[in-house]
Amino acid sequence: MTATTDLVLRLLVELAPEIDPAGVDLDRELRDQVDLDSMDFLNLMEAVAAQTGVEVPERDYPKVASIAALAAYTDARRG
Amino acid sequence: MSPLVRHLAEERHLDLAHLSGTGPGHQVRRIDVESAEPVGARPRISPRARRLAALAGVDPATLRGSGPHGAVVGRDVPFGTAATGTPAEPIVPAEKSAPAEPSAPAEPVDRAQRVRQAIGERMSRSWREIPHYHLQTTAELSGALERLARRNEAQPLSRRVLPAALLLHAVARAAASHPLVNGTFVDGRFTASPRVDLGVVVSLRGGGLLAPTIVGAEHLGLDELMIALREVVGRARRGRLRSADTTPASLTVTSLGELGVDAVFGVIHPPQVALVGIGAIHEAPWASGGMLAARPVVQLTLAGDHRVSDGLAGAAFLADVVRSLQEDAP
Repeated sequence: MTATTDLVLRLLVELAPEIDPAGVDLDRELRDQVDLDSMDFLNLMEAVAAQTGVEVPERDYPKVASIAALAAYTDARRG
Repeated sequence: MSPLVRHLAEERHLDLAHLSGTGPGHQVRRIDVESAEPVGARPRISPRARRLAALAGVDPATLRGSGPHGAVVGRDVPFGTAATGTPAEPIVPAEKSAPAEPSAPAEPVDRAQRVRQAIGERMSRSWREIPHYHLQTTAELSGALERLARRNEAQPLSRRVLPAALLLHAVARAAASHPLVNGTFVDGRFTASPRVDLGVVVSLRGGGLLAPTIVGAEHLGLDELMIALREVVGRARRGRLRSADTTPASLTVTSLGELGVDAVFGVIHPPQVALVGIGAIHEAPWASGGMLAARPVVQLTLAGDHRVSDGLAGAAFLADVVRSLQEDAP
């Protein structure tokens, strides 16, 4: 697990404390395994942006569907 | 309640409104705070499962979880009420969330049960007293969503607007020019509301629902409404509603779209006289100009009070919501 996947996972659990980080499959689409509504997802995007400076535009939401994908996306764009 | 008790409760992240007091006059005492279950100790339950459980009237803590480490997830919740069409409208106004009834001392409070009871009483009264009529219409959203996507493209995350806000915005605007769905019926008399104080049903992470109010929603621009919605959802979920949030609503909106249902047929929340239901935005076959295409659509419903309006007035209101979505927004 990279530092960024770790960070994203931590932010996700902060948002939805009932999620067991050990039970999250990093490569599987998040919406298939945890229950987040659109407001929760926006809050996750904001939390990631606050920590990494990377804002994911809406058109790229399909590219950040899993934790690993979101972390890779973020790593590729942070300075 | 003493400052010490308040401090202890805050330290333990307890919602004071949800504690039952065993002191004189049901005052919350130190022991009540100390015996209350801390938030962190609750079982693992996903937000979706909580929402479903609240809708189905089931205490999620009693369910057997099939998720990771026994977490209760959506599929674990028996959601029979929605499937059978039983009115399960889960509206508890924010002002009702505080324990109004004195509870037996020294018993841990079953909050889910209390919430369910409050919902049941309110909805029974509604069903008994209000002759409901229900209308449904479909709004085609491709234009509105495209405009919203273009708008969001140029905005930082903090200013992005969700489709949920777009729909509420259209409802608030339309309600302002349809007084018969926006007001209260008390002692045999209808009073139109001078403002659109929009109650918004919010599901809570701890189970249960609140309907905080966005005051004067018809005067808010789309951006402002989105901000108001985010704030009010955040405050409701943190259990820190402000007094303005508990202003009695003049019209309530329930949106079950995030749960995947196509349409919601609601029970009016007395003394209000109408309730708007918003289903899931989904892609569906859409016929236009003799051609079929896949388009994003949403089912909008209205529950109206026949003592105040008839289907014609309700239909005109819903048509205005659709028009607002297709023309003005965003």
